[in-house]
Amino acid sequence: MTAMRDCAEPLRRLQTGVSEDIPGSETPTKLQASPLAAEHARLGARMAAFAGWDMPIQYGGGIVAEHRAVRESGGVFDISHMGQIRVGGAGAARWLNRLLTNDLNLIGPGEGQYTLMPNEAGGVIDDLIAYRETDANGGGFFLVVNASKIGEDFAWLKEHADFEAEVSLKNASAAFGGIAVQGPRAAALWEETTAGALGDLPPRNGMIRVEDGATIVCRTGYTGEDGFELFAPPERIAGWFRRFVEAGAEPCGLGARDTLRLEKGYPLNGADLDPVHTPLEAGLGFFCKLDKAGGFIGRDVLARQKAEGLATKLSAIRRTAKGPPPRHGYAVFPSGEAEPVAELTSGTLSPTLGCGIGLAYLPAALARAGTPLEIEIRGRRFAAEVVKKPFV
Amino acid sequence: MSQIPEHLHYADSHEWVDAANPDAATIGVSDHAQAELTDVVYLELPEVGRQVGAGEAIAVIESVKAANDIYAPVGGEIVEVNSALAEEPGPVNSDPYGAGWMFRIKLSDPAELDRLMDAEAYRRHVG
Repeated sequence: MTAMRDCAEPLRRLQTGVSEDIPGSETPTKLQASPLAAEHARLGARMAAFAGWDMPIQYGGGIVAEHRAVRESGGVFDISHMGQIRVGGAGAARWLNRLLTNDLNLIGPGEGQYTLMPNEAGGVIDDLIAYRETDANGGGFFLVVNASKIGEDFAWLKEHADFEAEVSLKNASAAFGGIAVQGPRAAALWEETTAGALGDLPPRNGMIRVEDGATIVCRTGYTGEDGFELFAPPERIAGWFRRFVEAGAEPCGLGARDTLRLEKGYPLNGADLDPVHTPLEAGLGFFCKLDKAGGFIGRDVLARQKAEGLATKLSAIRRTAKGPPPRHGYAVFPSGEAEPVAELTSGTLSPTLGCGIGLAYLPAALARAGTPLEIEIRGRRFAAEVVKKPFV
Repeated sequence: MSQIPEHLHYADSHEWVDAANPDAATIGVSDHAQAELTDVVYLELPEVGRQVGAGEAIAVIESVKAANDIYAPVGGEIVEVNSALAEEPGPVNSDPYGAGWMFRIKLSDPAELDRLMDAEAYRRHVG
């Protein structure tokens, strides 16, 4: 393990589970430091590059312990790398709705929805959550986007901005640090740390603003558990993070974030979502309102796919026995056949199930639950099968 | 602080060697290495009978997060592997110098041991 020659360096990786190596997240010469960097150092986090940021991958207890803490109790993650974009102006709703697959007319002030921003070919630029601001907060929309896509998202929005429609755009990513508090105890942790002074958490997918509007709390997450994401000015985020750690939330890194989301079958942009595959192929049809008023960019491609039937489907694949963890990029074969039909877009060892799980775009004929497959790992084939999402 | 037993030899890639019996020198990874890896979930060990050279990648150790190579710190023939770890790799984390041993090598050149670190040098190496 020569990789560990320098203790400050992360281990050299043959294959990684977390997608530091996904397109668009190459390590630039200088990594951005999280406003929580001092907290991570104090807690002994192992840091690594992710989407241009120096982020905690795990803390001392390890990924499995952090994963379990979130499933059974509560964990707190640094998500300061995530991006925030504000869309304002009188024409914001109508204009933005043309760029997103879900329908903004379905959410009222203080509510949010998961949605996708497709390109002209119906492929995915980014997946994001769009929140409608209350009038008291100036109206418009607050978008939370992937760290690796902030620049691309903002460029796409600007390119399509119709300023005659009175739209204002602002990349507010630098104005916020962020944490995610996740797990069955998330609401209790909120009550314990705020002592009722800031009111209740918003309902599922809702947002509230606290601390004179400077801090945004969204009832959402990426783990499949109850929880919320909190975005605050960078100088305030360490105080929030500490409060939850002191209240018993387990500090969790991006390693556990990846295993938690994958057990629930949530896609990661840059790995499971890409500019070629459509949200329908990714199994996200529920978030694509093909018949909404005004349509959206890429809508016709999706409508045609829906009419003709999908050729490929992002499928959940589970190993049928113990063995090495499946990982991003491993070849997938129909059982007993010589030629691969896909590569895993994500893969890991599920801490909950104790077996390998992964996602891959399979030909539709193979995408049915129960289809026997094989995954090739370092030249050997390991049995697997298609299962229904979520894994857990 | 990680444990670094005095009687072992150490490679800079964090394998340890117990060469008390040069016909079956025992090899594993250090306490420091297991702590860095955390959560070892899978181990792929070499086949018994294989001839290996010093520095050759001969095994793979996987955590939830990543797969890493393990190198033969000394050359020779693999005479035994700890096949119990293939079923349950937990001892690599819980007992890296005991039940977490990985394989035994019949040394082809015991002088190769001199190129490894002693406990004091390894302590400075990971310090």
